Amino acid sequence: MTDAAAATVPAPPKRFMFWRRFARNRSALVGLAFLFLVILLAAIAPVIYPADPFALVGRPMLPPLSGDFLFGTDTLGRDVAAGIAHGARTSLFIGVVATLVAVAFGTLMGGLAGYYGGWIDDLLMRVTEVFQTIPSFIFAILLVAIMTPSMESVVIAIAVVSWPPLARLVRAEFISLRNREFVQAQVLMGMPDWKVILIQILPNAISPIIVAGSLLIATAILTESALAFLGLGDPNIMSWGFQVGAGRTVLRRAWWICTYPGVAILLTVLAINLVGEGLNDALNPRLRERS
Amino acid sequence: MENPVLDVRGLSIALPKGADRTFAVEGLDLQVFPGKITCVVGESGSGKSLTARAAMGLLPPKVAPTSGQIMFEGRDLLTLKPDEMRQMRGQKISMIFQEPMTALNPLMTVGKQIDEILTVHTSLGGKARREKILALFDEVKLPNPKRIAAAYPHELSGGQRQRAMIAMALILDPKILVADEPTTALDVTTQAQILKLIAELQEKHKTGVLFITHDFGVVAEIADQIAVMQYGKLVEVGTADQILNAPKAEYTKALIGAVPSLTPRAARSGFGRRMLTVDGLNKYYKSGGGLFGKPTAFHAAKDVSFTLDRGETLGVVGESGSGKTTVARCLVRLLQPEEGKIDLDGIDLAGMTKRELKPYRNRVQMVFQDPYASLNPRRKVADILVEGPINLGKPAKEAHARARELLSLVGLDPKVAERYPHEFSGGQRQRIGLARALALEPEVLVADEPVSALDVSVQAQVLKLMDEIREKFGLSVVFITHDLRVAAQVCDKIIVMQRGVVVEAGKTADVFAAPSHDYTRELFASIPGREWSSAPEVTA
Amino acid sequence: MPNARLRYVARRIVQAIPILLAIVVLNFCLLKLAPGDAVDVLAGEAGSATPEYMAELRAKFGLDQPLPVQLVRYVGQIATGDFGYSFRHEMPVWDLIVDRLGPTAILMVTTIVLAVGVGVLLGLLAAVNLNTWKDSVISILALVSYATPLFWVGLMLIVVFSINLGWFPTSGMENVAAFYEGWDRVWDIAHHLVLPAITLSLFYLALYTRLMRASMLEQAGMDYVTTARAKGVKEGRITFKHILRNALLPVLTMAGVQVSAMIGGSVIVETVFGWPGLGQLAFESLFARDLNLLLGIFFLSAVLVLVVNLLVDILYTFLDPRIEL
Repeated sequence: MTDAAAATVPAPPKRFMFWRRFARNRSALVGLAFLFLVILLAAIAPVIYPADPFALVGRPMLPPLSGDFLFGTDTLGRDVAAGIAHGARTSLFIGVVATLVAVAFGTLMGGLAGYYGGWIDDLLMRVTEVFQTIPSFIFAILLVAIMTPSMESVVIAIAVVSWPPLARLVRAEFISLRNREFVQAQVLMGMPDWKVILIQILPNAISPIIVAGSLLIATAILTESALAFLGLGDPNIMSWGFQVGAGRTVLRRAWWICTYPGVAILLTVLAINLVGEGLNDALNPRLRERS
Repeated sequence: MENPVLDVRGLSIALPKGADRTFAVEGLDLQVFPGKITCVVGESGSGKSLTARAAMGLLPPKVAPTSGQIMFEGRDLLTLKPDEMRQMRGQKISMIFQEPMTALNPLMTVGKQIDEILTVHTSLGGKARREKILALFDEVKLPNPKRIAAAYPHELSGGQRQRAMIAMALILDPKILVADEPTTALDVTTQAQILKLIAELQEKHKTGVLFITHDFGVVAEIADQIAVMQYGKLVEVGTADQILNAPKAEYTKALIGAVPSLTPRAARSGFGRRMLTVDGLNKYYKSGGGLFGKPTAFHAAKDVSFTLDRGETLGVVGESGSGKTTVARCLVRLLQPEEGKIDLDGIDLAGMTKRELKPYRNRVQMVFQDPYASLNPRRKVADILVEGPINLGKPAKEAHARARELLSLVGLDPKVAERYPHEFSGGQRQRIGLARALALEPEVLVADEPVSALDVSVQAQVLKLMDEIREKFGLSVVFITHDLRVAAQVCDKIIVMQRGVVVEAGKTADVFAAPSHDYTRELFASIPGREWSSAPEVTA
Repeated sequence: MPNARLRYVARRIVQAIPILLAIVVLNFCLLKLAPGDAVDVLAGEAGSATPEYMAELRAKFGLDQPLPVQLVRYVGQIATGDFGYSFRHEMPVWDLIVDRLGPTAILMVTTIVLAVGVGVLLGLLAAVNLNTWKDSVISILALVSYATPLFWVGLMLIVVFSINLGWFPTSGMENVAAFYEGWDRVWDIAHHLVLPAITLSLFYLALYTRLMRASMLEQAGMDYVTTARAKGVKEGRITFKHILRNALLPVLTMAGVQVSAMIGGSVIVETVFGWPGLGQLAFESLFARDLNLLLGIFFLSAVLVLVVNLLVDILYTFLDPRIEL
């Protein structure tokens, strides 16, 4: 009943709350720890394996744990372990950069469509629909093939096929937020559109974007490895997918060439997914209550 | 008096760890008698809804009764096995809910959903079941029972859905009906019909009703017994007459005192010059179109006209879909009207573009309905209050100083400027929303249902504050509301809207004394508890 | 009602036309973006060609016309079913594609049935046994499968089940040398189908399991479930009569959306298992630089996605009474 009195209980600092909620999800912590290991591996790869990962350093198809080769050697005598270490750099780099591009573009498209509505929305959503209809992996293959395989073309291709779901997500968030009363209050105070979008709406839409973005990194890594597996990676850069593809023909005699890089992909993607779910729990607490 | 059909003795319900208090309900004693309606009244957080759920054996997970009994037909419901309790539900004790739309399965026809209760509890054949359902639809006055039975929930109106829910609850002639705010989501005219229906059926079938509500008007309308709850504890219990007219507990007195009276407040005069002239305002919403459908235009506001002087308050009254909110949004130019004039002190705002509008934006400001949606959760209170003025060219330092002044003006400690909105209660947020509007030094304030989301005691405080502020700044206020009680206490004159059209306009006292339009009369007749007189003035 | 539904279907088809057109235009742009044109390819095939001859050929194919004219001609060609000519295979693209459509259809339909069917079942099982060991096992399996690269699963399955255990063949769709007929042939194809279908469905199976579980849990918290409890309906009946149907709707939507991704996945799976479908053809044309063929496959798979989405929409009208026909 004493409504006029000021609130007296100070809320705990936001960052602390976030971490506590994130840490409540055990598997997210495990994922985060493993992800740190992968990042560490990527960072120190040039130190522990200073040689070119494409260099022929041993007899072909040595089994794991023979000599210096933890995971054995491949069909040409390249060190599989060195390839995995250097491949971590490729996967993480392409995954992150392609995701950043896709998130930026998707947010722009979805934001404009959601905020302005009307014909802008119609047009942008039709474009999005077209991109969602096209089988994305075949489209990525086409793009890389036409642009010739390289780091840039792979990043572009993955970004081009990844933005539509994000645009839809951001659009839905913007539509719901732009009709929220606090946004309308600013509109009728004469705040210019760009300020309303950047100050009022975007900060409130950022949580789902972060969650979707983190999960998108995992998908991007899977797509990159699949492209590389088909031989559409940058020929000068070591990649996990390329390693699996290269070992394919000798599956009968040397199973390890394919196996270990694949495990690396699996664990990395799994770790990112776990972290993404932890972020979701921490950033969108409403959803957590249900399960 | 007869023996109670439901006897709650010393009931305590524990909340999960980490909640803001240990017990949702503590040591509650409550009785429901056959053929009588027992109302449990309380504000949000009083534990009234959980009491209802406990009687149904439908408490949410992690919320559990820790002591006490709920006696029914000589057995304690709390000790029944889950399957025994399930047998009770629907057959001996049934329930209706606040929101009939979400309470019905969207993928099943209404008839089938009612049929389910018969297949679960009886061995009636298909034809007998069908006849029973159609007969009951007739009894709850649903038109064309066959069509309703074959309809999906989304095909019915809110009132029809609630009637169907009532039919579902009463089909097996239960001893007890638990009604959890069953009319809160309905318009006032529909609410009156549903309340009447519940009262009739309950009397005819000798059902004991446990009726949960926050609205003293509704209580006055139907209660035989009243129990007042606060913070999980019983404050007072007694007959309707005793509690409504001679409450003993201070809390009950305060609650009843906060209910706005239907006697309009004393007429005021001597307003300043003409501030606002709205003339022939029209707004359409177009939808559909394309290759296969004709575009349909919905006429949300039709030839709306009114005037407003300096210091005067105009009430815009109507039910949902009446166009009152559309008018409000046109006034602040969140919407662009298709036709008509919005003359603010000699300047027509109606046709202006965004750019033309900018110099006049500050002169008409708005207070919103939802205290939780109207403040940006990511901005500090200080930022919320200074954004507007800075944007319109006020120096930042000045704006911040003014923001602190405004906070004390609306009854908050200026120190709260550094806090985020989630740290405030609903009433406090409405105060901040008011300060935000005032920061732009408006001449006209448009208030869109500013108190309808607040508890009645908080509502009275916010209304009082708004009145003081209007007085202090000589504001002209357009007050949008569905609540005629609030309108009676706040407005100098009112317009009544129905389906986009103003059906009646006049001085508040005149309209209340002698409504001229049929619809207005229906509205007045529907106000719950209109015959129960409460304190003539808002006292809080 | 049937009339309303037909009109709804007609409306959906009309709405799909601009999308189809946009994809054709996109196709054309990709064709023009690629280095070299059909004449370059022809010249390359022939070994030597004089510039005069090449110019003559370009005129013959209309490649010397301004781009908008070429675009209109291209749209016209696609509309009449002319997907161009594969110079590598020396056959019209359309004929090549039709040849490979059957195997891909077998693989896709099996995969969809497997992924949606098993996924829904597992999701249901996990949700019903929430927070028990069954739920944990299903959730962990789904989580891992969701993170596994398709091509790697395929290879690992080959290592285990073909190479080590010898249960299934490593590649191909049938034992051509055996000249099976009738049911023997069906059995032979089914035998070859097991590993590719499992590989392709694993990821989507995981997806639908997770989605179904989440959807069940979400629906279980809805008000109408409380109403059903208040009616005294048994928990089992609540789950199957009320929650299940509502929970299936988002899964169905997702299944429609995922078809386009599944077609992409078939490129990999068909490549790994030597399955003679469109995916493998796409892979071959990629390395033969047979752009006409690749674009034809691309276009056709987009059309396939549109058709599947239309089917899902129609199915939806039967399942959700709230859809306005």
